[in-house]
Amino acid sequence: MSIATTYRTCPRSGLQFEANAEKLMIANAVAAVVFLLIGGVLALGVALTRWPAVHWLQADTFYQVLTAHGIDMLIFWIIFFEVAILYFCSSTLLRCRIATPKIAWLAYWLMLVGAIINNYAVYKGGSSVMMTSYVPMMAEQSFYLGLILFAVGALIACFVFFGTLVVAKRDKTYEGSVPLVTFGAITAAIIAVFTIASGAIILIPTWLLSLGVVDSVDPLIYRMIWWAFGHSSQQINVAAHVSVWYLVAAIVFGAKPMSERVSRGAFLLYILFLQLASAHHLLADPGLSTNWKVVNTSYFMYFAVLASMVHGLTVPGAMEVAQRQKGYTRGLYEWLRRAPWGNPTFSGVFIAIIGFGFLGGISGVMMGTEQLNMIIHNTIYVPGHFHATVVVGTTLTFMALTYYLIPTLFKREVINPGLARLQPYLFGFSMYFFCLVMMGAGTLGVSRRHWDMAFAGMPSAYEWPGAAYLMMGLVGISAVAAIVGGAIYVYVTVGSLLWGKRVEGGAASASREPTPLMAPAVAAQGYGSQGFAAPGTFLLAMVFLVAFILYYFVNWKYLSTVWGLS
Amino acid sequence: MSAILPPAERLWWKHPLDRVEGTWIAIAFVWCMILFFMMVFWHVYGNQNLSTETYSTTPEDFRIKAEAWAEKYTVRIDETTGQPVVAPPDGGDAYLITRLWSFWPTLELEKGKTYRLHLSSLDYNHGLSLQPVNINIQVVPGYEHVVTVTPNQSGTYGLVCNEFCGIGHHMMVGRLYVK
Repeated sequence: MSIATTYRTCPRSGLQFEANAEKLMIANAVAAVVFLLIGGVLALGVALTRWPAVHWLQADTFYQVLTAHGIDMLIFWIIFFEVAILYFCSSTLLRCRIATPKIAWLAYWLMLVGAIINNYAVYKGGSSVMMTSYVPMMAEQSFYLGLILFAVGALIACFVFFGTLVVAKRDKTYEGSVPLVTFGAITAAIIAVFTIASGAIILIPTWLLSLGVVDSVDPLIYRMIWWAFGHSSQQINVAAHVSVWYLVAAIVFGAKPMSERVSRGAFLLYILFLQLASAHHLLADPGLSTNWKVVNTSYFMYFAVLASMVHGLTVPGAMEVAQRQKGYTRGLYEWLRRAPWGNPTFSGVFIAIIGFGFLGGISGVMMGTEQLNMIIHNTIYVPGHFHATVVVGTTLTFMALTYYLIPTLFKREVINPGLARLQPYLFGFSMYFFCLVMMGAGTLGVSRRHWDMAFAGMPSAYEWPGAAYLMMGLVGISAVAAIVGGAIYVYVTVGSLLWGKRVEGGAASASREPTPLMAPAVAAQGYGSQGFAAPGTFLLAMVFLVAFILYYFVNWKYLSTVWGLS
Repeated sequence: MSAILPPAERLWWKHPLDRVEGTWIAIAFVWCMILFFMMVFWHVYGNQNLSTETYSTTPEDFRIKAEAWAEKYTVRIDETTGQPVVAPPDGGDAYLITRLWSFWPTLELEKGKTYRLHLSSLDYNHGLSLQPVNINIQVVPGYEHVVTVTPNQSGTYGLVCNEFCGIGHHMMVGRLYVK
């Protein structure tokens, strides 16, 4: 069967883009950046209100802005970008046409319309229920409707991705197994299907409740199923950004996985166990048995944590091996010193890997430990943790990838490369600091989603220690610095698309047939045992482990001093 | 650029593990097992484990029960909060109503004594955040959660709602005394 379409091969990267897939990737990535921009503006409102000395917005506006910030960033920005990544990892990496482009456009418009409806519902007021929208607190019906439309669109996009895999297989555009990065994208898509189905299972009854069709939705069941959507969607991010890490290691260093078996095995562990993580959110809830909590919150014996620790070694390990093969073998870290730190695609990803592991990963295990959760639940430690995972981990990774996509996918020169070079450092390091002080404030007990630390002058107000006020001030300052970093990203990206010099995107665009697969030949590097040792990465991993162990037991020590509970 | 290309070896899963990877996987696995068994260990030997005792209830039932109990053990009216101060006996029940936007009543406990604290919400989800101890428990409407608590230090404690519960959320704050 021949489908009328065209392909072009990017002269810079050698990547082949199919015309329909290319337009879809561009549309999804642009929509993503627009929602990042909206979410970023809203972030300013959140940050300048939680900074006690500024305390900018009124309470109702603050809760409204916080609701929209959460949804725009955690759902719309990230999932739009992930859809673009799914199309890239299928159509581009497997060098095939995208399956059912018209249906993919339907998915896109459903997502876009859903996102706009949801945003408008929050903007109108009356839907300031936070991203979690716990029943029985109700938003307007269009709030849920928007989310449902978006979710349906995203689900369709996942199936377009699976369909594209089938096309590639049937048209024999590759030989053997799919590339590791595509394998990671498959992991993300499988988790996405589970996630979105959970969202539908709980949001549809809640929507019907808001319409008066259904009488009630149990608040505890809502929490359980909503989190199978809310947390699992962050697991899509993990699978997606880890895939991008391997992708960037391959692009920047020509790195191959240290071993396919280990990396793919780790992705497989994600599919099996990662979703159990949503149980973390219910650790402080009534009604769940201890066994249920221990089994689920440990992602069944921490096998998903094991998978992340494996990726944490193998991604930089692959970079190290590739660099050593190029001759950067002096000492433990010549390979790292001589890495292209001026290339934002690399620096962004490396800052993301370190921050995700040290800040996001370690704090995530603390919160997810059944008993330790009691000294963390719903404090501002929680957003401290997930800004380290979703912002430092996922968002910064996607930003880094964008710098690579601007010339290859968008066929534009990056405007102001100096700013682009600076951006990952400004954004990444201010987010590091932001997460740290947020976790510090959370350790002192400061609440998340709270307009006023001073409790609006209530007579029974609790007096937070001065250190808590100091930390929250630092949260505000570092947030503003990170927002400036985010603004630079939006400026450089949008500016490059609008005013960037056009880049020759590959003249070979006329060919109507998929280009023959060159991949296995290029990849025939063999595996041999040469140069596999990655001692620098191993040492880094040991430093990580020591930090992890110390911090873990410090928290148990702290827990042992609080009131007895049984 | 092999991570974005199909593996050159068809039977990639038969390729031997590298030593660096193998060692790290072994270490990480052991650490993961320690993480897992710490939770179990603490249930056996630790003193801070959240009770799972839960009953189905309704806001009306819970309110009536809590008010009857409070009437029995009220010792005075608190000057700051204007709420009754309720001092339950050692080993006895204590009730805490969470609602838009208050904790009720003001409890007075004794250091080293143990109480069965019944928690429920009359409307939305709320969060019980005991400060500065920093113990945080979710309070869900329709469910009565019975938590056994043993205060280990005397003083005046703050109760802060840390689950978003609407426009007055930041005014939802209460007191608790430990003698």
